[in-house]
Amino acid sequence: MTSLSDVRSPSRTGTGLALRGVALGRPGAPVLDGVDLDVAPGEILTVVGSSGCGKSTLLRTLAGLLPPLAGAVEQDGHRITGPAADRALVFQEDALLPWRTLRANVELPLAIRGVARSERRAQAEAWLSRVGLAEHARQLPHRVSGGQRQRTQLARALAARPRAVLMDEPFGALDAQTRAGMQDLLVDVLRGTGATVVFVTHDVDEALFLGDRVALLGGGRVLAVRDVPRPRDRTAHDDPVRAALRREVLDSLGT
Amino acid sequence: MTRRNAPIRNAPSRDAPSWNVASRYALRITSIAAALGLWQLLTSLDVDLWLRFSQFPTVTDVARAFADRLAGDDYWTDLTDSLTRILAGFLLAAVLGVATGALVARSRLAEDLLGTVLEVVRPIPAIALVPVAILLFPDNEQGIVFITCTAAFFPVLVSTRHAVRALTPVWEEAVRTMGGGRLRILASVVLPGALPGIFGGLSVGIGVSWICVISAEMISGQYGVGYRTWQDYTVVDYPGVFVGMVTIGVLGWLTSTAVELAGRRLTRWLPRTSYVPGVRPPRRGRGAATPVPAGSRNDARAKGRTEEEVPHDQLV
Repeated sequence: MTSLSDVRSPSRTGTGLALRGVALGRPGAPVLDGVDLDVAPGEILTVVGSSGCGKSTLLRTLAGLLPPLAGAVEQDGHRITGPAADRALVFQEDALLPWRTLRANVELPLAIRGVARSERRAQAEAWLSRVGLAEHARQLPHRVSGGQRQRTQLARALAARPRAVLMDEPFGALDAQTRAGMQDLLVDVLRGTGATVVFVTHDVDEALFLGDRVALLGGGRVLAVRDVPRPRDRTAHDDPVRAALRREVLDSLGT
Repeated sequence: MTRRNAPIRNAPSRDAPSWNVASRYALRITSIAAALGLWQLLTSLDVDLWLRFSQFPTVTDVARAFADRLAGDDYWTDLTDSLTRILAGFLLAAVLGVATGALVARSRLAEDLLGTVLEVVRPIPAIALVPVAILLFPDNEQGIVFITCTAAFFPVLVSTRHAVRALTPVWEEAVRTMGGGRLRILASVVLPGALPGIFGGLSVGIGVSWICVISAEMISGQYGVGYRTWQDYTVVDYPGVFVGMVTIGVLGWLTSTAVELAGRRLTRWLPRTSYVPGVRPPRRGRGAATPVPAGSRNDARAKGRTEEEVPHDQLV
């Protein structure tokens, strides 16, 4: 039986992702152009922008699902040419396979990596209990709530111990309270994995709570990348530095 | 909130007590009995209006002929021959149909190579392929299996092709980002995801298979239920013809039920609606007040009921 500490232990450190002079979108109609962005190993970079600004496209390019129109997308200096288990993607929509139980869904990336059945079952159960779904392991996705499905997606993404986790508005469809709980859970679960995280959202407070840095997208380009003050605090709105940053992010969403 | 841990297959009957299930079966048996009774009545009274029942064998004639046949060897030879032919043809068609359908749906090259040919062959009724079967196969037996297989192949092919094309793209993308290759996507996404659609095609296919196996046996068979039925017709043994028809009907019903049950078993993961056919929602009296929104007593009651009856996945 795999213990939780085993799951939690940092197996590898995060990986560095980089976009160099990248153009994204459909040929002839790029949604993003001239993107230069570095994601440092182990950091959480949140990407904010209004809908349709190319956030998801950016993430899918980093995942390797979509080739860039121009420029280079790199992981630790090597060009990304296709999807790989090393960069897990958590989808905005429900991406669990509906005919698999929650546990079988979490087992899938492990099965693809060739982990033996009993071992992957134990690991999947450990991950599910890590996200608080131990007693739902044998339920089908449509029998549990939307928040529970997203938690399962998170467990599935982390199960294969990727060095980068790409998250596409994973909590976008959840109500405010569930969303805050999921953010706390995410921070908690990520601690110790050392994974690099790129988290796309259109929610200012989510971006500022989760991100070590926040990248602002608008008008087809990256407007700015800003450091976020630490420690994480949802309530410190009157802190002048945070307030100014929050205003800047909100302004960028207006463009 | 109440959570339902009951298996999905129990869901439709949760509002129907067991006596209700029993009464449904009683109803089904009654309808068959009524049909037989009407048949017996019309034939034994030799009703000759516009439709003529005077030459028509009665139910008892048919039952007597049936009992005679059951005692002989030929009936069972016919039965096993027909079943062997249809199972061979149908299983072959299922494998080939799913494989070709998935191939054509997933590969542009396969679509260009096979798509047009298949669409041209598809409208030809399988029974019209009897001359082809006679030319191609050295043996009658293989010809009949070929015709049966061709008949079931196209419904399976078409439904598989549509089901594979209609798969949710994010399932495949999820497996790709886990490092899964083509084979993994085929085994873990395409086939299980298309299964509900594939079973639609299999259900149609088994029905068409019966039509074709019987017709082919009538034309070129030795032994088989279709062959026997035609033989009985040529020697004017009408009760025998009806024995054949009843046999075909029962076998067809059994095999399509088997396909249906296998389909339900394999696609148990499909979310089902809470709607149960035939079970009416509790009716309000004509004069009763409709629930008034916001805080009224009626509203609170309605809310309590919603928690109770809406399936878990719709509450969240």
